[in-house]
Amino acid sequence: MASEVPFWRAAALSLLLLAAALIAWELAVMPRAGGGAALDPEYAALLGQAAAQGGTTPMPGPAAIGARLLELLSDPFYVRGTNDQGIGVQIAYSLLRVGAGFGLAALVAIPLGFLIGMSPLLNAALNPFIQVLRPVSPLAWMPLALYTIKDSAVSSIFVIFICSVWPMLLNTAFGVASVRREWLNVARTLEAGTWKTATRVILPAAAPTILTGMRISIGIAWLVIVAAEMLVGGTGIGYWVWNQWNNLSIADIVIAILMIGVVGLALDRLLGLVAHAVAWRE
Amino acid sequence: MNATAASPPRAVDAEAQAGRPAARARHAYVSVEGIARRYGATTIFEDVWFGIERGEFVCLVGHSGCGKTTILNILAGLEGPTEGAVIVDGAEITGPSLDRAVIFQGHALMPWMTATGNVAFALSCRHRGWSRAQCEAAAREALKRVGLGHALDRRPAELSGGMKQRVGIARALALEPKMMLMDEPFSALDALTRGSLQDEVSRLVTETRQTAFMITHDVDEAILLADRILLMSNGPGARIAEVVVNTLPRPRTRANLHHMPGYHALRDHVLDFLISRSAAFDAAAPPAGWAPRAVPEVRPAIESPPPPLAAE
Ligand SMILES: Nc1ncnc2c1ncn2[C@@H]1O[C@H](COP(=O)(O)OP(=O)(O)OP(=O)(O)O)[C@@H](O)[C@H]1O
Ligand SMILES: [Mg+2]
Repeated sequence: MASEVPFWRAAALSLLLLAAALIAWELAVMPRAGGGAALDPEYAALLGQAAAQGGTTPMPGPAAIGARLLELLSDPFYVRGTNDQGIGVQIAYSLLRVGAGFGLAALVAIPLGFLIGMSPLLNAALNPFIQVLRPVSPLAWMPLALYTIKDSAVSSIFVIFICSVWPMLLNTAFGVASVRREWLNVARTLEAGTWKTATRVILPAAAPTILTGMRISIGIAWLVIVAAEMLVGGTGIGYWVWNQWNNLSIADIVIAILMIGVVGLALDRLLGLVAHAVAWRE
Repeated sequence: MNATAASPPRAVDAEAQAGRPAARARHAYVSVEGIARRYGATTIFEDVWFGIERGEFVCLVGHSGCGKTTILNILAGLEGPTEGAVIVDGAEITGPSLDRAVIFQGHALMPWMTATGNVAFALSCRHRGWSRAQCEAAAREALKRVGLGHALDRRPAELSGGMKQRVGIARALALEPKMMLMDEPFSALDALTRGSLQDEVSRLVTETRQTAFMITHDVDEAILLADRILLMSNGPGARIAEVVVNTLPRPRTRANLHHMPGYHALRDHVLDFLISRSAAFDAAAPPAGWAPRAVPEVRPAIESPPPPLAAE
């Protein structure tokens, strides 16, 4: 069904919907004749605290946000003191933390998942721990991390590590455990040896499943980094959002939402490319 | 009985032709000695004894579930028997070996490797010192020998069922194993493809005198390829009930097979076994002359009416 829709028609409809939404938005935030008295409740809810406190910050329209976006993107990497850095620098900080936490998680989860997948004993022994720890919100680890590590930057990396380790671990274990018996038998009759079997047979066979786990992980990690940076502060796009909220720069918040979405999409696509490269079909 | 007139050119020696299974088992390349497989109280098969000589092609025929795949896996070293042992070249099988190549029923190609990659992987296991380029060159040669020169760089998903099975055959042959083990290698193929592959394997084994053990459900396939056909009774508690010696001369092809004198007698004998005698066989009250270690050998193609001299 979906594949029968020509690309240009879908794209045209997307653009149309976007234009309609932007126009509606622009019209909705235009200053009204009756002044600010006639705020509808939803509007007030959207504005949250500021509106509730009777603040006067108006919701910016797409035009204002577009202008601000150009302004921010014209010099994304400036650094003027610790509290005033470009949006690009903030995103880079976040990406660095996600990269470090996710990378460490992959280094731990993939080999460990391999062992768990190959050994039913290890699987059964570790399963209770995994089942208990996996549903814990990664942010719940934050106080413990801050207490033990005593470094906010490392703590947020730890939180990323903790949240991205589970999907990779479980998917790797599952992928390795479900490698076809016949392929393992081929390797055995070829006397391929443990290392060769692991790298040439099990790893490529399980790679698509592992990549699925990595994609889930990076998605969660990118969700969590925003919240973690809001908590620990200092740098990063999450901190930046919170900072702009404190400054009541609503346009910047909208832009941050847009940027977080775009970067998240890019991360997912990046792993999607890797997944495509290791995919196989029978 | 003038056995030599109809004896195949590559066949076993005269003494074996005279039918001394016990004596044969002692000198055989492979000697299966009293193996059994039990799951709990259920005995799938037991007291199975047979031998395979160097250069001999043995087929195992029997009904579904009697334990044929289990026997092949035991020969491959992929699983162990519950009882008994298998001796190859004087040593007991303790695990898989590159000397015994397996052609699996479901081709078992790695879908992430090309045809060349699959064969090259096997070769890299066989020849540890070879470079990647060496392995790939040899793999391409092996694939060309089975008529896949045009599909070297395709992945299994881009190959037809027959082509995949050919890659499996090329992979096994490239190892230059001392023995080939084949589990219904052609059963998943359509009749035309199956026929041409049977002829090809027939040609390859005749040329190379490859020692082989093959499971099949196809009686004509067994007659085309085998020097001896082991007939297995129905499980549970299955045994080797009879050994049929195939005296039809080589080279055999599907085209000339059914014109050979004795072919119909041979075929009828095996079919009769599958239809009635396999179920009736009872090891507690075996037919006269049957003993687990000396299963009677029969030669339906020359013991029945058509004179063997007509084969000339
Ligand atoms: N784990 C198990 N527990 C109990 N019985 C088993 C187990 N594995 C296999 N069997 C039984 O062992 C018997 C032999 O299986 P096997 O695969 O060797 O049969 P087969 O002769 O190759 O059959 P087919 O011709 O259908 O391939 C079957 O009856 C099967 O039900
Ligand atoms: Mg079977």
